[in-house]
Amino acid sequence: MIEIEGITKRYEETTVVDDVSMVIEPRTLCVIVGTSGSGKTTLLRMINRLVEPTAGVIRLDGNDNRSLPGYELRRSIGYAIQGHGLFPHRTVAQNIATVPVLLGWDKARIKARVDELMTLYQLDPDAYGPRYPHELSGGQQQRVGVARALAAEPNVLLMDEPFGALDPIIRNKAQEDLLAIQKRFGTTIILVTHDMEEAVHMGDKIAVMDAGKLVQYAKPAEILAKPASAFVETLVGASEKPFRLLSLGRVRDAVEKGTAEGEAIPGDASQRDALAELLWSGRPALPVKGEDGKPLGRVTVDGLVKRAARPA
Amino acid sequence: MRIRFDKLGVVIAAIAAYAAFLAPFATFRANRIVPGEARSILEALPTTAGPILLAILVAGALIALLKTPLVLRLGASVVALAALAILIGVAGSFLTPVGNTFARVSPASGFWLLIFAFTLLLADVLTRLNPSPWARVGVLVVAAVAIGLLLISGQWNSLSILKEYANRADSFWAEGSKHITLALGSLAVAAVVGLPLGILCHRVEKLRAGVLNVLNIIQTIPSIALFGLLIAPLGWVATHVPGAAELGIRGIGTAPAFVALFLYSLLPVVANTVVGLAGVPRAANDAARGMGMTDRQRLFGVEFPLAFPVILTGIRIVLVQNIGLATIAALIGGGGFGVFVFQGVGQTAMDLVLLGAVPTVALAFVAAIILDAVIEMTATKRRVETA
Ligand SMILES: Nc1ncnc2c1ncn2[C@@H]1O[C@H](COP(=O)(O)OP(=O)(O)OP(=O)(O)O)[C@@H](O)[C@H]1O
Ligand SMILES: [Mg+2]
Repeated sequence: MIEIEGITKRYEETTVVDDVSMVIEPRTLCVIVGTSGSGKTTLLRMINRLVEPTAGVIRLDGNDNRSLPGYELRRSIGYAIQGHGLFPHRTVAQNIATVPVLLGWDKARIKARVDELMTLYQLDPDAYGPRYPHELSGGQQQRVGVARALAAEPNVLLMDEPFGALDPIIRNKAQEDLLAIQKRFGTTIILVTHDMEEAVHMGDKIAVMDAGKLVQYAKPAEILAKPASAFVETLVGASEKPFRLLSLGRVRDAVEKGTAEGEAIPGDASQRDALAELLWSGRPALPVKGEDGKPLGRVTVDGLVKRAARPA
Repeated sequence: MRIRFDKLGVVIAAIAAYAAFLAPFATFRANRIVPGEARSILEALPTTAGPILLAILVAGALIALLKTPLVLRLGASVVALAALAILIGVAGSFLTPVGNTFARVSPASGFWLLIFAFTLLLADVLTRLNPSPWARVGVLVVAAVAIGLLLISGQWNSLSILKEYANRADSFWAEGSKHITLALGSLAVAAVVGLPLGILCHRVEKLRAGVLNVLNIIQTIPSIALFGLLIAPLGWVATHVPGAAELGIRGIGTAPAFVALFLYSLLPVVANTVVGLAGVPRAANDAARGMGMTDRQRLFGVEFPLAFPVILTGIRIVLVQNIGLATIAALIGGGGFGVFVFQGVGQTAMDLVLLGAVPTVALAFVAAIILDAVIEMTATKRRVETA
């Protein structure tokens, strides 16, 4: 659990983060969104004390984060820096191994971990391991940056726009992988992004920042349904809201009794994808199948449209 | 087929033609200080060797002049240089009357111009081949071994510069080692003092301008003046600090020379350390802290390796500069190859001047090539990210 209490950061006269308080439950993923310069990075960096707050406390599992020396604290917290920040003089494998080496893992364990992560991020360890960062594409560099943050299996992971440079396909894959890792290891993740789609898709909770202030901190559905201010409303994109809402739900939760013609859609696809498929093919209903391929029922345009309406 | 000329080749061929046919190849003197008489290639060499050398030179110049394959140009320059190196020795024995120990034969302007022309060709070929750092060091080693073999074989013993050497073999090596000790020792001390000072200047902004300004001022003091300025304080140290005199600290001699070279070395070392550290990408520093490195781990694991090529460039400047400057040490009794230079100037014996100057230039050249190769090796591995 991460408890942020009355955190403020001032640089001379300007207040960059202004009295932010929030609690991030263990094993959840919290997304911070906000316009450029709203203080997202600064807030993130106060958690691992790369920036010392002017006022306030941050507690990790009940312990003040100032109870350890800064460098020890940071070794226990994964950090994927904005714009990757790889070490140009170290190979990809050495970059990923940074924290395990600092923690004194033995060689075999480090190598196994590096290979595992590189494979996960679709970088062949033999081909890419010995390369230097400047020999990679921007998207590959970013994946290495994320792999480096994950290397020591941290309980808490701070990620500053980690998927910005990825193409939509790889980004989707990277997002799914991150969610899988989070489920498997129960990692608590704080992720900064500009992309509302990503925020709604990934976040258990979304924190919206504006000019250093935390303007809303709630579940995605609530942010979409009841934006706390005009600013949040613009940020979530008024015209996109119904679709974002749908993308939160799974098809299995919208199943109605009955059958329909045509190819079945899997139950764990998003409701948004189902609606898109219905509209595109011009049909009124689609059959739904479970993981085992058995029919579950059907989804209809009418049913989905109702779900896209603002919740009461 | 149209004949195409190589641009640099035109210059090389012109120099070679002038040097081979119009300039003197060797100088003959009845003894070491009388003015010499010029000898052309055909006069300086036995009947067959002269025309052979001319043929090699003409062929080499033609290959240089026309647009020819690099391998051919490489071959031509190496053959021409080898022929010149061997035959200047032959000229020495040929021109020296049997049993005459006073007569002196030395290479003359034509020889030096030919060496220059074909070295230019060789350098041009090597640049165009763009050899790896290891290959460049390899070429250097081959050249050094070849010259070493020629020296050991006695092929050049009849040349005046080696006769000067023969008369001073012991002091040559003694002064040589003193020269190297002065140049390398002062560099080593400058590195030991300058690197931490540079790191300090990088971390403490207030110090930076002050330290660099002082070092800049020292750099502009002429060497002789600096020696003069050091005589009094070192003399004082020698008489007042117990044990100092036993360590060889005196107002004149090696101590002030060493201190002066050390002071001159500081600026490049400190300045390049500061510049190198300032050039470390901010993101790399940030990541280092974010991953949980301590300040020391960050300094040695990230900042220093990334700044290393720039720091090494500073060390290269200092080393080459010190090898040259160490010559001046002889003026205040500090020893080194300068001893021969100044003795030679005093006796108007040009050969003796060369005995001091040639090894100095060779040392500086070797140091430059080796350090350039090392810098390139470290820099390619640690290329700075573009992001
Ligand atoms: N070291 C610093 N000194 C002074 N001002 C700073 C410093 N670091 C950040 N700021 C200012 O604080 C504000 C917030 O910066 P921050 O990096 O947290 O923004 P951000 O929300 O992460 O923006 P982006 O989305 O562009 O990354 C900016 O106006 C920035 O100029
Ligand atoms: Mg930011």
